Amino acid sequence: MSTVHKDALLTVSGVGFDYEGIPVLDNVDLSVNRGEFVALVGPSGCGKSTLLNLISGLLSPGKGTISANGISDSSGRLGNVSYMQQRDLLLPWRTIAENCQLGMELRSISADVSKARVQELAKSFGLFDVLNHMPWQLSGGMRQRAALMRTILLENDVLLLDEPFGALDAITRTALQKWLLSVLVRNDKAVLLVTHDVEEAILLADRVMIMASEPGRIIAEVDVRLSESSIESSFTSPAFVELRKGILALLERQEVSL
Amino acid sequence: MINYLGGMWQAAKNWSPAILTALALILIWEFVVWFLDIQRWLLPPPTIIFQELIDSIGLLSRHAGITLLEIIMGFAVSLMIGVALASGIVWSRTMERSIYPIIIASQTIPIFTLAPLLIIWVGTDIFSKVIVVVLFTFFPLVVSLVTGLRSVDSESVDMFRTLGATNAQIFRKLMIPTALPNFFAGMKVAAVVSVIGAVIGEWVGASAGLGWLMKLSGPQFQTARVFAAIVVLSVVAITLFSLVVAIEKWSLRKYPSILNQAKNLGES
Repeated sequence: MSTVHKDALLTVSGVGFDYEGIPVLDNVDLSVNRGEFVALVGPSGCGKSTLLNLISGLLSPGKGTISANGISDSSGRLGNVSYMQQRDLLLPWRTIAENCQLGMELRSISADVSKARVQELAKSFGLFDVLNHMPWQLSGGMRQRAALMRTILLENDVLLLDEPFGALDAITRTALQKWLLSVLVRNDKAVLLVTHDVEEAILLADRVMIMASEPGRIIAEVDVRLSESSIESSFTSPAFVELRKGILALLERQEVSL
Repeated sequence: MINYLGGMWQAAKNWSPAILTALALILIWEFVVWFLDIQRWLLPPPTIIFQELIDSIGLLSRHAGITLLEIIMGFAVSLMIGVALASGIVWSRTMERSIYPIIIASQTIPIFTLAPLLIIWVGTDIFSKVIVVVLFTFFPLVVSLVTGLRSVDSESVDMFRTLGATNAQIFRKLMIPTALPNFFAGMKVAAVVSVIGAVIGEWVGASAGLGWLMKLSGPQFQTARVFAAIVVLSVVAITLFSLVVAIEKWSLRKYPSILNQAKNLGES
């Protein structure tokens, strides 16, 4: 089980959540430090997304406590935890730039300032040339990147990603995973990624937490830090293959089908 | 410029069948009236109606102005009531349960039968007509707005909440923009029925307006004038409708059109 670190930006301890009398999450503990990338893997319906909803403040836990960047009050975390949902949810009547400015607009930051920040970040997101396009004019991969940019522009220290590449084709997904690593390299955020893709978890994360369902709980934790060289040749390196085998074995032991 | 001409050509191509059909019907009407020698007080030919339209243009436009004023005032009041009611219905379960069924049930009452009561209560001045217009127009506005505001998906609301949005911000920046296409559908219906509402109000009790003029001209066998008033009313209705369409086009200029959405679905 995870230990609570002193420099943890995000701490979840003993969290339980029931939905209409049915336990969805039971006694979940986890923590993410500054600069750390943690992935949560588990079968569909194991409560991964519910956990993110609890951390973001959309839901309040029935049991236990959650603290993100020092805020333990659920509604207080709304707006102070960056959360990217599965669907891009770009507003169809706004340009990409206007969509990305939304968070700052809601905080009454002046349009000039927010526009400048969007333009500054758009280059590394590969969106500079499409800032004035409408969402329907963009490919699925570009829309996901725009959604991530909208989320990151909130400039919160805790970043939650709920299957950000789940709806994309394999080639786009791999390209975006590598790109995400390059964007988040040497970042000072605490990132928690939810995915059912074991390879994605190993590639992106420093630690992988494995969840089981009914009720959702964490059953194992694996350190998956790969050396720089193995990221380059990621999927075929012996270290990568070993890790994947180990994690899949842990998941299968719970007699759940992925 | 080429685009503009292309657009005009496209518009002409789209509208020409309707215009040609209307012209054909008018020609047949003219021909039948002359050929069968129908009395002019019974059915005047289009040429006589056109003549009346030109001769009485001052009279017609004076009364059209009064009818238009009733429509605009009624529409404005309806818009305020409609937005307030729809927001309340979407916002509060209690209001939804207590008011929405009554609003729907109220539409089974023939509004025409309410007009005489309104004359008794409010009098024959402009306000009784404004109320009839409101009764006709608030229903399509409320229903379309409620439908539109409800079409907001919960995930988008969650996204706004995680960005730290207040309820007022969610309403203004998410719910209203989402409801706009439905709202304009209701506005178009309301624009057309508002004309009917004003005429019915005038028919029951008034001292001016196109409805009153028609009611007065009929028994005097000034049938051509009745037809001329109908032509003016149609022009008013079509103008109002076109105005709403123009505002809709401008307001929704950034929204993906049906064509774009189809293309989008094809891609993903």
